[in-house]
Amino acid sequence: MKNKLKPPKTSGSAKIKEKKKRNFKKFLTSDAAFPYLCLLPSLVGVMIFFIVPFFVIIFYSMVDNPINKEFVFLDNYISVIRNTAFKRAALNTLTFSMISVPLAVILSMLLAMLLDSKIPFVSQFRTSFLCPMMVPVASIVLIWQVIFHYNGALNDFLSNFGIEKIDWLKSTKGQIVIVVLFLWKNLGYNMILFLSALNNIPKDIIEVATLEGAGGFYKFFRIKLRYLSPTILFVGILSLINSFKVFREIYLLTGDYPFDSLYMLQHFMNNTFRNIDYQKLSSAAILMAIVMVIIIGALFIAENKFGEDVED
Amino acid sequence: MSELTKEIDAAGSVTGAKVPLRVRLSKKKQKIIMWILTIFAAAAALIFLMPTFLTIANSFMSASEIKANYGVIFAENEDGGKEYISEKINLKFIPDMVSFSQYYTVLFKSPDYLLKFWNSVILVVPIVIFQLVTASLAAYSFARLKGRLKEIIFFVYIVVMLMPYQVTLVPNYLISDWLHILNTRAAIILPGIFTPFAVFILSKIMRRIPVSLIEAAQLDGAGELQIFMHICMPLCKSALFSVAILVFIDYWNMVEQPLILLSDTELYPLSVFLSQINSGEIGLAFAVATIYMIPTLLMFLYGEDYLVEGIAYSGGIKG
Repeated sequence: MKNKLKPPKTSGSAKIKEKKKRNFKKFLTSDAAFPYLCLLPSLVGVMIFFIVPFFVIIFYSMVDNPINKEFVFLDNYISVIRNTAFKRAALNTLTFSMISVPLAVILSMLLAMLLDSKIPFVSQFRTSFLCPMMVPVASIVLIWQVIFHYNGALNDFLSNFGIEKIDWLKSTKGQIVIVVLFLWKNLGYNMILFLSALNNIPKDIIEVATLEGAGGFYKFFRIKLRYLSPTILFVGILSLINSFKVFREIYLLTGDYPFDSLYMLQHFMNNTFRNIDYQKLSSAAILMAIVMVIIIGALFIAENKFGEDVED
Repeated sequence: MSELTKEIDAAGSVTGAKVPLRVRLSKKKQKIIMWILTIFAAAAALIFLMPTFLTIANSFMSASEIKANYGVIFAENEDGGKEYISEKINLKFIPDMVSFSQYYTVLFKSPDYLLKFWNSVILVVPIVIFQLVTASLAAYSFARLKGRLKEIIFFVYIVVMLMPYQVTLVPNYLISDWLHILNTRAAIILPGIFTPFAVFILSKIMRRIPVSLIEAAQLDGAGELQIFMHICMPLCKSALFSVAILVFIDYWNMVEQPLILLSDTELYPLSVFLSQINSGEIGLAFAVATIYMIPTLLMFLYGEDYLVEGIAYSGGIKG
């Protein structure tokens, strides 16, 4: 099939070129071309809307402004990194990810194991853990406000134990509220990933271990965890990416300019969009893209390694 | 539970006299542990369900009841954010009297909400349909073609898929500006159609179709188009449902894209507009939120298995 697409190289006389052209036309109308043509609509779309503008952005991030187009190399990056708003946004986003990602992985794994432990009503429990996926973020935010407001339900409840009122959304505790919201929203999806991984653990290995008198802890740490490791990694990366998206909830809870500890990278981007500062925007986007490519690359390498490990 | 005990019984009978004592002891223990685990799961389930339940329950309260429980909830603060100005908030799960007055207001008195609902529909439905069409074609070629170039393209797709909005929205904005579709629905729909998520999942599934099946069809004289239409597509049916549900949910909840790509608030989908409902209308907000939940809840009720399957397929990058 490949040979048809690339006819053997020969000297470039006009006749052969003509022949090549005809061959190519013939190929295009032939049956074998169908899989190639299938890719076209999607590839063209991805090129136009993601890849090509991305390279334009790399260009923009290195010129002084889109009209003058004077090459300034890394100046824009340096000014973005030095920008206090960007620094705070990056730091907040990082802090949030560092807290929420491990929690998301561990808790969803525990939930999956809970549902895997042959308790009754498993399917009902699964439904309720998945339920948050269905609920529009905006309507959930209403409830979150009712609970975490200064005069809200949680403070009311805590006051029964003599704990003083906390202004959850407008203090450093704000991150806790968002972490809870993030976990509530994402645990179900992650749990399903873990459940399907648990299902894929060969039954006979567990059975043999049980026969040999292995306890629950041994079975978990020595057997299950090994098989779950690729999923742990994947869920970790997925949660990391989702943790960058948490802006959505924060925006709906607190608007464009939230309390300092809740000012995330997307806030920075949105507010920069308003000034249409292409240099700043593109440099920030590229910085983020570089971080993402490193993370995704690590995922690929790790998945290859872990994959081999389990197949042994 | 029964399966587990059976397993243990089997273990006891196979290994003979050594194990049974331990097993019999742990049987009782196991039962207690099961109870504890079940109670734990039930508590967790309650927490997960509570906000949804609260939203729906509160949407059936009359305006005065809402006001008595929540006061006047939202007010704009000086930064344009929202703030509570209520003195006291009572969480209330069951309305004193079921009232449809909030729904009546939403459906018949304020056409704005329905308009925004419609905005959501005409943004999301084309995205779901056309993403599935282009994706199933692309997935077919990813499954059928071989070679280094294909692998590189697929890797690029994955990278694009995993990029957060902070990165992809800038290129989207730029290209929309150039194509003069900024502030039109196309600015959201077109990039939505070409988001590689569906391609990723569908090609994972199509790659699992045994080559022998395709070769047999080719021997019988089937062309590529026939293989695609009569072998691959039918085998992907449930995966298509799964992907459709996942894509729908994702875009039904979109917030970032409209905020940046649409400046005309008339075009905003309900997911963004819902957050801008302010003072004195909290009851309406609950009713609107409930209405907004209906499509996803229906999908959930009738397609939970597809949804679960879809999520399971999305696990792992290479599959």
